[in-house]
Amino acid sequence: MFDVDLIRKDFPVLSRELPGGRSLVYLDSGNSSQKPNQVIDTMRDHLAHHYSNVGRAHHTLGAESTAAYEDARDAVAAFVKAPSRDEIVFTKNASEALNLVAYAFGNPIATDARFKVGPGDEIVISEMEHHSNIVPWQLLAQRTGATLRWFTVTDEGRLDLDGLDDLVNERTKIVSIVHQSNVLGTVNSVSPILARAREVGALMMLDASQSVPHMPVDVTELGVDFVAFTGHKMVGPSGIGVLWGRRELLDAMPPFLGGGEMIEAVWMDRSTYAPVPHKFEAGTPPIVEAIGLGAAANYLTGIGMADVKAHEKALTGYALDALGEIPGLKVIGPRTNIARGGTISFTLKNLSGDDIHPHDVGQILDDAFGIAVRVGHHCARPLHLRFGIPATTRASLYLYNTTDEIDALARGLHHVQKVFG
Amino acid sequence: MIAESMYQELILEHYKHPQGRGLRDPFDAEVHHVNPTCGDEITLRVKVDEGKVLDVSYEGQGCSISQAAASVLHELATGSTVEESLGVVDEFTRLMQGRGQVEADEDVLGDAVAFAGVAKYPARVKCALLSWMAYKDAVVRSA
Ligand SMILES: Cc1ncc(COP(=O)(O)O)c(C=O)c1O
Repeated sequence: MFDVDLIRKDFPVLSRELPGGRSLVYLDSGNSSQKPNQVIDTMRDHLAHHYSNVGRAHHTLGAESTAAYEDARDAVAAFVKAPSRDEIVFTKNASEALNLVAYAFGNPIATDARFKVGPGDEIVISEMEHHSNIVPWQLLAQRTGATLRWFTVTDEGRLDLDGLDDLVNERTKIVSIVHQSNVLGTVNSVSPILARAREVGALMMLDASQSVPHMPVDVTELGVDFVAFTGHKMVGPSGIGVLWGRRELLDAMPPFLGGGEMIEAVWMDRSTYAPVPHKFEAGTPPIVEAIGLGAAANYLTGIGMADVKAHEKALTGYALDALGEIPGLKVIGPRTNIARGGTISFTLKNLSGDDIHPHDVGQILDDAFGIAVRVGHHCARPLHLRFGIPATTRASLYLYNTTDEIDALARGLHHVQKVFG
Repeated sequence: MIAESMYQELILEHYKHPQGRGLRDPFDAEVHHVNPTCGDEITLRVKVDEGKVLDVSYEGQGCSISQAAASVLHELATGSTVEESLGVVDEFTRLMQGRGQVEADEDVLGDAVAFAGVAKYPARVKCALLSWMAYKDAVVRSA
């Protein structure tokens, strides 16, 4: 039984007081989520009683640390229903996972034809991507002479699939798109794009940074080739992220970073590499962070991702209604509560119809009401250019948010309109 | 409310009634500055004659802090000498970068002291400085 009051008790920060006696209304989980005691305690316990290096320390602590680190991999694999634990590669965040895959393409030491990229080949992304799913592909295009192409976004904030067959074609090597937009909240439907990618023999990657924390995600059911996500947005710590990839592809890919633990044998002039996932985990990994992420996955599983999703869906409906009643507020993204998550970005005008800059909105919300939102372009500048606006204010919801907090946001926005009236 | 220490009445007044806004001819230099973290931008022109600032004109988009700062800059710089105005820019910069620990020299800064509260918000300091840095750049280029 999902009980938001009980859940809030797990997150100590939610009951803290801000300077001036304000209570905290945290509506910035899309940026980074807060952490429950279950994660904090697991990490502290590991540091206090079990910590050592993993994989290479041949003593009791080394064995305990290694076991805890590998248990975390099992927990994450189970969380996204990976067919094999070896398909879970720990990275430092989603950005690194995306870069890791992008660097496998056009890499001269990659022998598999699927990763060969050169002039005439195409890479497909979309206009609603986070910079982390744009820049690595721009770099790939620059390295190889391939062409970067993208899906455009409709006024409603959905991917425009009209040109799908032209955009994804025989020249396409990889399609990489966001599963849930960090600005619009849009949840993209994967299957039509994937079907086309399969038809033309292209690979497909999903940036699931904003979906894995908020809904049940089953990588097998999705059917794509790679999925990236990040620990700090799913009640886990920062400094740890995940790449899931099909075993057969991970095996075919060249290593990303070289170093300790990713090797099998090293000579002065060459090396052979460890099997996946270790091939992609050079150097001492973020051990305690990985263990914290395992605890986060178990915590969310204990609550139930279907319930998390249902709670957020109800809150999102409530928020769309409440914000819809504010004159001069325009939601950038789907206004219907269908195929969208709890991330709501908007612009705001005062009652005379002048724009109020998101910085001013965010500052008043924070200073006067303790409401934390994000303001700016949220690392998605091309999307803001598409809508012809420099910035938005974004409220992003999570399992611990309440309708009272949305009421507080609506009150706060009315006050902002008065101050800048 | 803490915000009130930042949104001084004077700042809101300048924001709602910007002084000297709009790009004017003649001018000796024009610059365009942006704040990459938030997308605020300003285009600013200066007209200088024999060491005297005859006009500072500007057009831009941004938050109340960046817009009000440009308006105050226009008032302070127009009609003063280049040298005086650069002294004000230096003092304003020192105040903004002082993390709220610096005592402002009101004699030098005039209305610009109203921005003292902004210095406590690292994320907003760049907003206040945008037009002032653009002005400094424009003056150098006009020489
Ligand atoms: C959709 C999306 N992709 C990628 C990222 C990057 O995550 P990280 O900064 O943890 O690499 C984010 C988070 O900011 C995001 O929202």
